[in-house]
Amino acid sequence: MSRRLELRQVSKRFGDIDVLAGITLHVEPGEFVSILGPSGAGKSTIFSLLTGGLEGHGGDVDFDGRPLADTRRPFAFMPQHDALMPWRTVIDNTALGLEVQGMSRKAARGKVAPLFGEFGLAGFEQKYPAQLSGGMRQRAALLRTVVQDRAMLLLDEPFGALDALTRTGMQRWLQTMWDRHRWTVLLITHDVREAVFLSDRVYVLSRRPASVLREIAIPLPRPRKDLASPEASAIEADILNTLLDPQPAERT
Amino acid sequence: MSQPFSATLRIAVLFGKVGPALLSVGTLVLAWELYARLSGISPTTLPAPSRVLAQAIQQRQALFDNTVPTISATLAGFACSLAVAFILSVLIDFFNPLRRALFPVFIISQTLPLVAIAPLVVLWFGFGLTPKIMLVALVTFFPMLVALVQGYESTDRDISALLNSMGASRMRIFRLARLPSSLPYFFAGLRISITYAVVGAIFAEYAGAAKGLGIYMLNAKNNFRPDLVLAAVLVSALLTLALFAATVLIQRVVMPWERLDGARKS
Ligand SMILES: Nc1ncnc2c1ncn2[C@@H]1O[C@H](COP(=O)(O)OP(=O)(O)OP(=O)(O)O)[C@@H](O)[C@H]1O
Ligand SMILES: [Mg+2]
Repeated sequence: MSRRLELRQVSKRFGDIDVLAGITLHVEPGEFVSILGPSGAGKSTIFSLLTGGLEGHGGDVDFDGRPLADTRRPFAFMPQHDALMPWRTVIDNTALGLEVQGMSRKAARGKVAPLFGEFGLAGFEQKYPAQLSGGMRQRAALLRTVVQDRAMLLLDEPFGALDALTRTGMQRWLQTMWDRHRWTVLLITHDVREAVFLSDRVYVLSRRPASVLREIAIPLPRPRKDLASPEASAIEADILNTLLDPQPAERT
Repeated sequence: MSQPFSATLRIAVLFGKVGPALLSVGTLVLAWELYARLSGISPTTLPAPSRVLAQAIQQRQALFDNTVPTISATLAGFACSLAVAFILSVLIDFFNPLRRALFPVFIISQTLPLVAIAPLVVLWFGFGLTPKIMLVALVTFFPMLVALVQGYESTDRDISALLNSMGASRMRIFRLARLPSSLPYFFAGLRISITYAVVGAIFAEYAGAAKGLGIYMLNAKNNFRPDLVLAAVLVSALLTLALFAATVLIQRVVMPWERLDGARKS
């Protein structure tokens, strides 16, 4: 089976600033992969290249064995801020992707409505985003993402803006959802614990210009209930060392 | 909570909102009234507010007959200006060089002194509705255009990126994101422009008209009746307030989510 997504030596400059200096990474079908990196490294830029928001300056991107340019929008994308439209009700926000795909508003609502319970949003269909709590907004944005039925999810720091308690709750919830649905996910985060808890593999990026410092497999059994098992803590410490003191890895 | 209590509460809240405004206006009118009475100034120079009000009531038929044309000129001119501003704003949004080509012309149009332009426009287009529409449009068009163009540009970049990732066309992104994003700017522009519009219409009538608040003020002044001038001013002020309130009401209906911002789980 070919890889779902493969980036080879992908580069990007803004003016004369190098942001991505040859990113190489891959994601297998049904795999949950995270990208960890310092703020401003260029993580969101990778997603902009994948979703067509930006043009790259070299390197190849393949999707299911074919150049990405030949495929038809295989990604469902969740931007760094929830990007809910304040003027749309929650149900119409979550149905946005289906509407853009050409579904009528009524049919799109009919398709998302049954999922509101599973996403902890039941009863809030007709509310506006301003009436939701931070965690609910993120779940609404996530529902808008997964309901598009794309081959792969791109999640940019989905829980970055939440308080620690809500974030932990959301991480557990996402893990349960992923166990149930087995989406192929590429997740951006700067939260080491989140990456270890959720992922099958983690790529650690360097500071700008970003390249992959390390690729780390997380062989912990699923479902992962315990956030602070000794094995998880050891991997976390290892990743933190790489992030805080990247020289040894760069020298090799 | 008992019904009468909440009713009292609502009145108290309402008074809390409009109370300060009533107080300041009331103080001003009272000071004016006292000055006009006690200083012995002639009513043909400075009439007391009570006299202005009495005259306004006495002359209500004439005032009404002259208000109707002003309202139609204001609304017709404003509607034209809105339609053109909207069409141009869309063209500019889709074709940016247009902005650099057109904005200098519009900025110059905003520097034209109304006193000089109004008589000329009346001279060219006669005493009918056309010159009034043109002058109202002249003063309101550019603020509306700027508000709309700025509103489109205020669109959240994440929302644009999201729609782009979904495969939405430029047209679709405009309709789904840029247009709704411009609404707060549009209404802010609307509230300012609607007050300019009334002034523009009165100015146009002042420069020449068969009927209208502007020409009524001019005639009253020429007949040494400052009380009637001020009565017409009172009417135009009420008219402006009413139009302003209408825009606020329309905004509430069109943007029901706006009042919720910052609110939680109502
Ligand atoms: N459109 C753009 N034009 C110019 N520079 C840009 C643009 N987008 C991003 N950059 C720059 O590229 C660098 C990487 O940005 P990016 O948003 O990808 O970082 P990030 O890793 O997602 O950071 P964070 O964790 O804070 O979200 C930053 O220095 C940013 O200033
Ligand atoms: Mg980012």
